[in-house]
Amino acid sequence: MSATITAGTVPGPAKDLQAARALGRRRHRVNVVIKVLCVLATIIGLLLLASILFTLVWRGATGLSLVVFTQTTKPPGSNGGLLNAIVGTLIQTGLGTLIGAPIGLMVGTYLAEYGRGSPLANAVRFVSDVLLSAPSILIGLFVYELVVEPFGGFSGIAGCLALAVLVIPIVVRTTEDMLQLISPSLREAAVALGAPKWTVIVLICYRAAKDGIVTGILLAIARIAGETAPLLFTSLGNLNWSISLTQPMASLPVTIYQYAGSAFDDWVQLAWVGALLITVGVLALNIVARFALRARS
Amino acid sequence: MSTTMSAQQGSASFGGVQARSEEAINEPRIAIRNLDFYYGSNRALKGVNLDLPDKQVTGMIGPSGCGKSTLLRVLNRMYDLYPGQRATGEVMMDGENIIAPDADLNALRARVGMVFQKPTPFPMTIYDNIAFGVKLHERLSKSAMDERVEWSLTRGALWEEVKDRLNTSAMGLSGGQQQRLCIARTIAVRPEVILLDEPTSALDPISTLKIEELIDELKHDFTIAIVTHNMQQAARCADQVAFFYLGEMVEVSPAVQMFTAPRERRTQEYITGRFG
Repeated sequence: MSATITAGTVPGPAKDLQAARALGRRRHRVNVVIKVLCVLATIIGLLLLASILFTLVWRGATGLSLVVFTQTTKPPGSNGGLLNAIVGTLIQTGLGTLIGAPIGLMVGTYLAEYGRGSPLANAVRFVSDVLLSAPSILIGLFVYELVVEPFGGFSGIAGCLALAVLVIPIVVRTTEDMLQLISPSLREAAVALGAPKWTVIVLICYRAAKDGIVTGILLAIARIAGETAPLLFTSLGNLNWSISLTQPMASLPVTIYQYAGSAFDDWVQLAWVGALLITVGVLALNIVARFALRARS
Repeated sequence: MSTTMSAQQGSASFGGVQARSEEAINEPRIAIRNLDFYYGSNRALKGVNLDLPDKQVTGMIGPSGCGKSTLLRVLNRMYDLYPGQRATGEVMMDGENIIAPDADLNALRARVGMVFQKPTPFPMTIYDNIAFGVKLHERLSKSAMDERVEWSLTRGALWEEVKDRLNTSAMGLSGGQQQRLCIARTIAVRPEVILLDEPTSALDPISTLKIEELIDELKHDFTIAIVTHNMQQAARCADQVAFFYLGEMVEVSPAVQMFTAPRERRTQEYITGRFG
């Protein structure tokens, strides 16, 4: 009963072998051109990045010494370090993340889980996305008006708040995106066992989206660790040692901004060191977090 | 034509399908009356009347989009997750209408468990996958929980394969093992009814066989409803088979009768593969 397959004859109009081969050669040529363009673009991108990194390491590493970590910033020529700026950046980045990340996480959860498609959620999402691309100096001015002016002066906490405002939209976006990636069937499976909505979100969805959410928070940290503009109007910078949140507070980006433009060689050198420290710090944080995530899963 | 074939010889066949022979259908555990279901304004179920017999398997067959999965999702109110979906009519279980607006959904879902087409292990250990559902409804000591986990994995025909790796991630199991884990997870809550929505369509033949054996074993304790596209599977597993077409429940009969002497022409045509 099976159909007989005859060799040799192909049904339909005859194939023009010459034309087919010519077509194949043409496709091959186009492929080579596209490939070369892609590789060139990659090389250009990598070269720029590598040159930035190389300059940073070259200029930064030569100024690296124990003094950088043990001495505070000093007047030019008196062998100062960056201790106050390093600690200030750690405090402001840390507190900024601690304030901003939970808010962002909850807003993102609202958008993805509770408010799907509601007018309020659409409005919140729009505002958050606008905030995401707002110039960071605006955030600095906003906090200046809201905190610095009414409470009588620049302060570390104002810097933390400005950075927190920067963190929120980043975490909102990544959290919402990651929660939406979770397949509805996983949610339904939890619901089918009789789990109330909050249990499904906290015990199932967060767990399934953990890697993405943590990556979002890391991105936010990386972003705010290097922010200068919002700190100029808020924590201002401080040449002396101070970890008081109500006083102006030093930070690496502001110190780099001030030192890099100065006329003193040792200050310019310290600015390079500061830039290297931020870069290496953010890189190390990323690597550690990635390993921690992988080890647990 | 095939009505002449021997239903009394222990097994019977229709269109090459072997059906189980027990014809006695138990008292209903769930009684569905005049059930209509709407996706927005689209009426997906039209006046469905169906009884799910206690501690037996009801197979639901029919072409794609005929409403059989929709019916399953009514029985544990899964449709409540999605605004715009609603059901009218009566679904009586233990004297109450489970589609009434005031029904306690979480309690209902503890009584009516569901297993989905694709295995859906939670991103946690095998042990925690089982314990998750139990913890939602009961407070158990560590030893009682250990016992429950072992019991449900044993009933899920998975214990021997995973007993040494309970604390590893469930995502590392094979597809068939994941599906048996999902069944075990559902059993662990000790429901009265288990809904299976094409539970083997994503599995290989060996895993499918294991799950079918499992269904046979589980019906001693649970009332089971299974949606399947596979006629042989319906015949192998089900005591009673319901045929759905375009949102209507066309015919429900004991499996033997369904596959030997269907009353309706549409049923006969579907079973013999003339459409669907």
